[in-house]
Amino acid sequence: MIATESLSKRFPKVTALDRLTLDIGAGVTGLVGANGAGKSTMIKILLGLSPATEGTASVLGLDVATSGGQIRERVGYMPEHDCLPPDVSATEFVVHMARMSGLPPAAARERTADTLRHVGLYEERYRPMGGYSTGMKQRVKLAQALVHDPQLVFLDEPTNGLDPVGRDEMLDLIRRVHTDFGISVLVTSHLLGELERTCDHVVVIDGGKLLRSSSTTDFTQTTTTLAVEVTDSDEHPDGTGALRAALGARGVTTQDDGGGLPGAGHIVLLDAADEAVYDFVRDTVADLGLGLVRMEQRRHHIAEVFRTGHEQHGQRENHEQHEQHGHHGQPENPSGRPAAPTTTPPAPQTGGAQR
Amino acid sequence: MTAETPPAHGAHGADASRIHNIGYRTYDGPRLGRAYATRSLYSQSLRGAYGLGRSAKSKVLPMILFGVMCAPALIMVAVAVATKADKLPVDYTRYAVLLQAVIGLYLAAQAPQTVSRDLRFKTVPLYFSRPIERVDYVRAKFAAMASALFILTATPLIVLYVGALLAKLDFPEQTKGFAQGLVSVALLSLLFAGIALVISAVTPRRGFGIAAVIAVLTISYGAVSTVQAIAHEQGGNDTAVQWLGLFSPITLIDGVQTAFLGATSSFPGGEGPSASVGVVYLLVVLALVAGSYVALMRRYRKAGL
Ligand SMILES: Nc1ncnc2c1ncn2[C@@H]1O[C@H](COP(=O)(O)OP(=O)(O)OP(=O)(O)O)[C@@H](O)[C@H]1O
Ligand SMILES: [Mg+2]
Repeated sequence: MIATESLSKRFPKVTALDRLTLDIGAGVTGLVGANGAGKSTMIKILLGLSPATEGTASVLGLDVATSGGQIRERVGYMPEHDCLPPDVSATEFVVHMARMSGLPPAAARERTADTLRHVGLYEERYRPMGGYSTGMKQRVKLAQALVHDPQLVFLDEPTNGLDPVGRDEMLDLIRRVHTDFGISVLVTSHLLGELERTCDHVVVIDGGKLLRSSSTTDFTQTTTTLAVEVTDSDEHPDGTGALRAALGARGVTTQDDGGGLPGAGHIVLLDAADEAVYDFVRDTVADLGLGLVRMEQRRHHIAEVFRTGHEQHGQRENHEQHEQHGHHGQPENPSGRPAAPTTTPPAPQTGGAQR
Repeated sequence: MTAETPPAHGAHGADASRIHNIGYRTYDGPRLGRAYATRSLYSQSLRGAYGLGRSAKSKVLPMILFGVMCAPALIMVAVAVATKADKLPVDYTRYAVLLQAVIGLYLAAQAPQTVSRDLRFKTVPLYFSRPIERVDYVRAKFAAMASALFILTATPLIVLYVGALLAKLDFPEQTKGFAQGLVSVALLSLLFAGIALVISAVTPRRGFGIAAVIAVLTISYGAVSTVQAIAHEQGGNDTAVQWLGLFSPITLIDGVQTAFLGATSSFPGGEGPSASVGVVYLLVVLALVAGSYVALMRRYRKAGL
């Protein structure tokens, strides 16, 4: 859907994009980066509104340098800033924008009604937009980007200014734009965490450079880790240690969730390559006469994919750290190598089957 | 969109969310493109210049001014018909000059609303993210403002002309005068629209726009006519009077119509520019119109996204 080749954009004082090469397919793609990373600049170039200093880019197979008009007919754009005149109603505004996209008057009205309903605006759509909440404004901004049924939409920080509930609703809506409407999405955010759930693919840029481009499923689904917690018994005062030893003796390598810190390792981690591992662990626990407190599959939190190698082997993972990742969502060390998923400590967040 | 997505429009969406949702309908109808979008923007802006399609409050001022602009024409016509006069009390070309204050007020109120709203509320990027280009936007706005002014200035001329025919005044003479009047107000509309739009587009603040438009129109006219009067009084320097007229929009139009459209000059002494100086007037008018177009194009290059 989108391909860039060594794309650069230099302003007199800053380099906003630095030789970025990307290939983005259909689906929901997140473009993540800190403030000033070059996300909005990238969207402007993809819309054919701002020429690249160097390199090429194409959207829907059309060259942005020469076919801007055709591209803009088929894509939608939701800007990051406010763009709604306060004295007209959402309906009037979106109808006008639909006509600006080339829809005949009757179609513009019909699609406006449909689209506003899809984004969750009902009675209030006849009222002047000046009185809308931030959440409602964001919905109107989304509606004007979708009203002409584009093949692809660019959403620039759609969750900006929303409270946690509004944010979740917006993210669900974005997901539906793809699953229900069949429209591919490029959505930007400076929060890596929030895009994990919504996106099929995440591209991380920093200072205009590509840091990482990867499928979210690569990290969140294909590599599952099994976390096992057992009770202690009279026979085995250190149940966890005993299980670890027993599994080790049977050729299963385990990791220590505690990162080797004393008293921290109450959970045994191992790679669950297939279903048989579950039975194997259950049997081992039973043989030792321990109680199985829980055994659960953990998904990797996307944030850790970008963690540095140093951290993986160092500190104990804890909730606080993950909360931080959720909020800043940026790689801790932009130059750090992404971790290999299998050696990444798991997030406290659980997912998938619980047994 | 490749293999996996098109079915999403139809068959693919059989999941639960599809049921709650009345279903997304795709749009397969025509997409009319740039020219249509430009025309739509033009008509929306033109209607907006009279408050149509907007709140009742925004109709008040333009409609009142429109009424004020037409009222004298109606009265003149009524008088001419009733008294069986042999000519109308004013020339067609003189009408707009007499009512220039009304035109100025209308422009000051409507030019900022035509362009600066989009700038102030940052709606401009939404236009430029669509097939429409900067040229289309500028042309649509320019044409809308000029058309709105033409409606304001030509309607009373139509009233006068119809009245003149009802009063059975000389047909060829009236028709010629009416045609000259229309050409003159067309030129006036282009010139005034261009100047007022450039002033308004520079400031996204509506209040500043209004004040600046009024200031430019009245101060320039005030200064020019005062200096002209002084030049005329002191030694009847009519060459100076001729050239001074170049420095305000309304005297420019007055000069052009005196030189080419059979108008009587409203300059002190009643002596307008000669045909050769008139060429300069015409060139200046055209240069100002073109210049404001170029200035607007530049303004929106920056306003892009
Ligand atoms: N028109 C411009 N002229 C000069 N510098 C610019 C211009 N537009 C953007 N920049 C610079 O380019 C860099 C990237 O900006 P951009 O707006 O793309 O960042 P962003 O990732 O969208 O950030 P944010 O999260 O704040 O929206 C910034 O350093 C910015 O200052
Ligand atoms: Mg941005």
